[in-house]
Amino acid sequence: MIRTPLRPLARILEARARGENPDAIERENLRLRHEQMRDQARLRAEGRLLVLGVAFFCAFVTVGARMGLLAAAEPHEPSAAASSAPIVAQRADIVDRQGRILATNMATHSLYAQPQQMIDKERAARELARIFPDLDEEELLKDFTGTRKFLWIRKKISPEQKQLVHDIGDPGLLFGPREMRLYPNGKLAAHILGGASFGREGVHSAEVIGVAGVEKAFDGYLRDPANGGQPLRLSLDLTLQAAVERVLYGGMKLMNAKGAAAVLMKAETGEIVAMASLPDFDPNDRPAPRPGTQAEDSPLFNRAVQGVYELGSTFKIFTAAQAMQLGLVGPDTLVDANAPMRWGKHRINEFRNKNYGPKLSVTDVIVKSSNVGTANMALEIGKERQQAFFRSLGLFDPTPVELVEAPTGKPLLPAHWGDIHTITASYGHGISASPLHLATAYASVLNGGKRVQPTLLAGGRPETGERVVSEEISAAARTMLRAVVTHGTATFGEVEGYRVGGKTGTADKPNPRGGYYEDKVITTFASVFPTDDPQYILVVTLDEPEDRSGAEPRRTAGWTAVPVAAEIIRRAAPLLGLRPEIAPTPDFALTLASH
Amino acid sequence: MTEMVYGTVPIRAGEPILPRWWRTVDKLTMSCILILFGIGLLLGLAASPPLASKNGFQPFHYVERQAIFGGLALCVMLLTSMMSPNLVRRLGVVGFFGAFVALALLPALGTDFGKGAVRWYSLGFASVQPSEFLKPGFVILAAWLMAASQEINGPPGRTFSFGVAIVIVGFLAMQPDFGQAALILFAWGVMYFVAGAPILLLVGMAGMVVMGGTFAYHNSEHFARRIDGFLSPDLDPRTQLGYATNAISEGGFFGVGVGEGQVKWSLPDAHTDFIIAVAAEEYGLVLVLAIIALYAVVAVRSLFRLMRERDPFIRLAGTGLACMFGVQALINMGVAVRLLPAKGMTLPFVSYGGSSLIAGGIVAGMLLAMTRTRPQGEIGDILMRRTGR
Repeated sequence: MIRTPLRPLARILEARARGENPDAIERENLRLRHEQMRDQARLRAEGRLLVLGVAFFCAFVTVGARMGLLAAAEPHEPSAAASSAPIVAQRADIVDRQGRILATNMATHSLYAQPQQMIDKERAARELARIFPDLDEEELLKDFTGTRKFLWIRKKISPEQKQLVHDIGDPGLLFGPREMRLYPNGKLAAHILGGASFGREGVHSAEVIGVAGVEKAFDGYLRDPANGGQPLRLSLDLTLQAAVERVLYGGMKLMNAKGAAAVLMKAETGEIVAMASLPDFDPNDRPAPRPGTQAEDSPLFNRAVQGVYELGSTFKIFTAAQAMQLGLVGPDTLVDANAPMRWGKHRINEFRNKNYGPKLSVTDVIVKSSNVGTANMALEIGKERQQAFFRSLGLFDPTPVELVEAPTGKPLLPAHWGDIHTITASYGHGISASPLHLATAYASVLNGGKRVQPTLLAGGRPETGERVVSEEISAAARTMLRAVVTHGTATFGEVEGYRVGGKTGTADKPNPRGGYYEDKVITTFASVFPTDDPQYILVVTLDEPEDRSGAEPRRTAGWTAVPVAAEIIRRAAPLLGLRPEIAPTPDFALTLASH
Repeated sequence: MTEMVYGTVPIRAGEPILPRWWRTVDKLTMSCILILFGIGLLLGLAASPPLASKNGFQPFHYVERQAIFGGLALCVMLLTSMMSPNLVRRLGVVGFFGAFVALALLPALGTDFGKGAVRWYSLGFASVQPSEFLKPGFVILAAWLMAASQEINGPPGRTFSFGVAIVIVGFLAMQPDFGQAALILFAWGVMYFVAGAPILLLVGMAGMVVMGGTFAYHNSEHFARRIDGFLSPDLDPRTQLGYATNAISEGGFFGVGVGEGQVKWSLPDAHTDFIIAVAAEEYGLVLVLAIIALYAVVAVRSLFRLMRERDPFIRLAGTGLACMFGVQALINMGVAVRLLPAKGMTLPFVSYGGSSLIAGGIVAGMLLAMTRTRPQGEIGDILMRRTGR
């Protein structure tokens, strides 16, 4: 840049020579330079203003174009909030072993309110309180007029209720679609199915999560979209479950029991075909656990799995089977059964202080249910071997059945297992287990001697269990159990043609304040049928039964649990497809000959 | 001779103020502003009854107030536009100091009206937001300082003005009011740009902003979440933005009809920050495009008129005012159409609000005063060119 000096020497000298003030030249130059600078700045500013103007113009055009695009776009109903992960609302069905529905989903609606969109809040609150009598008008009005912008009113409503709410006509009352878990069979298999409720809830869908039973145990499977809605197939049979529950309910009422449980299991695989616990509940409307009452008395309590009881003499067959397996005795070996038996400061009595002794064959020990005979066999077996055998039958651990409640059904064992405990455990006292434990152990011993695991899944568990007793011992044990029914303590258990075998058990209920009740018992009948081809195990347990049909109340299993179990077998065996064995009559033979 | 016959024609020292004002003022811009004010009243009729009914007033309570304040604002605008740039500069600088003191005293004397930010003085019948008045004052002061720095041996005005801007931004950020702070910074930046910021510095600053943004995006989860939320195509329909966007779609090209709009019942800020959504829903794209065109005309035409201006102070002050006016409208509408992240900013002259209206009147008046047609020494140019310079 060429600059004119502010004081050009030549001009100043000239001016001086002419007698002029040289400062004027400097001022003139200064002015010129200033003007030059301003022109420069102005030109630059002009360009930059142009840039600014164009930029603003473009920005306004952009906003306008965007407005146009939005205006041209189809307005859509507000969709679910994008912030939260989409809620998977599909839940697989649960079916029985033949594919009949046990649990399914139904489309319904939830009701919610957006108070700031409401027109007539007083009327809405009044009408709602009329439609849903359990809602309080005052509370609703307080919610509507407060600062809340959103509130749930009902989690699920029926179509009729929806129509009534719709008819209120308030735009602030809105419906959200819901998948609702439905148990079409009502109370049937309530304890196994458990129940479901809502998890995360959005306006447009809600998670259905299992809260108990298989619904909770298989929650992940049922909700897994990867399964493609494949139903969960249980080992239960709907018809048998219904028959077992109905007969058990009638039996519980006849025997004046306060509770009952039954387990019907396939002996070979451990599949549970029917399992009932009474009193029960409706999983569609699962009651809330009531505080203050004992958990064992709640309808939610699954007596078959969670209830651990002293199952009494039903355990004797384990002792007999183990003694035979160890070669200590045979079915006809005579054992000492002289009652009462003394062990230290304890006295071992028979039922009603009878004495079956001095000697009884092993079969008769089982048939007559001799405590003393069993105790003597147990002493020969010894503590360690008895514990190992019980453990191999699964009597020391919670059942591995697929219910979330299963781990709570942990057997109660003596803290320090002494010889006296070996004696009492041999006839089912001092050790508590659930009816399902008993059914599983019976299945393991009687099915030919292979250990089974209880399961609710159709098809059973794939692995074949280890052997607990040999085939022969298993057959011998079944013969003994058959004898119990034909001429022992369980003669009411005979069902024409099905060759039922079983063992009764009557145990005094422990008093929570120590000792045992005199007049409260748990009676159990554990049975297998048919004994020559063991297919099914049935365990029936009654809580505090009392047969008052006789002169004095009878509480033994033979009078209470056994008739109920027989009735169940009478109803269930044909449904199970078992062929009754009917002795051929002479007429029958004659008819054949005539052909 | 004529004088002797008809008597002396009285000679006036200068042209009377009003005719000269009418001759020189930018009538198109002024019409645009008047139309905008009219639209504001019209939309107020639509948007404010829900608020009035919620606060227990007559349905058109807020429209009446808007009309009163609007009349006041128009008077202020006309008066200001009649002033000479020198007078504007003097009053502007005095006003700036007044507003600055008011701003500085806010933490002690202001109220927050329960909104979490102390921005207002409550005067009983109305509330005053000093930052609204500070903005035009700051523009005038900064333009003066920058213009002075262009004189030979002038003060370092750019540095001074930057310092003032930073102090104001600090005060505003304390309230907190990041929207106004951003506006102040933007106005200063634009004026600095026009006053001749070195290109290298501008490029460097742009690079710094990009790098800083990237750094913040990668290192601050909060910042990243906000940007992601803005960039994500999904929108929670229960937010103000969701309602606004839906309302614009709902309105389509010709609107759902006067008084038929629904969005005003759901949006708490329907009469201020989201008034454009109400306009779009009830009157459709037609009115919205008209509003955008009006703002564009005011801003762009003022800038083009300022290109001819030779006085650096007038040029800079006009630039600052026009850009501030335009960018406020741009931000408001850009938020409604989701071009910009959510930021509360009123639509000048259209949104409801007493102090924002009057401050808007001052800004518009000053802008009109700056863009008046005045001799720019073109004759001198011609004469000089003739003398061969």
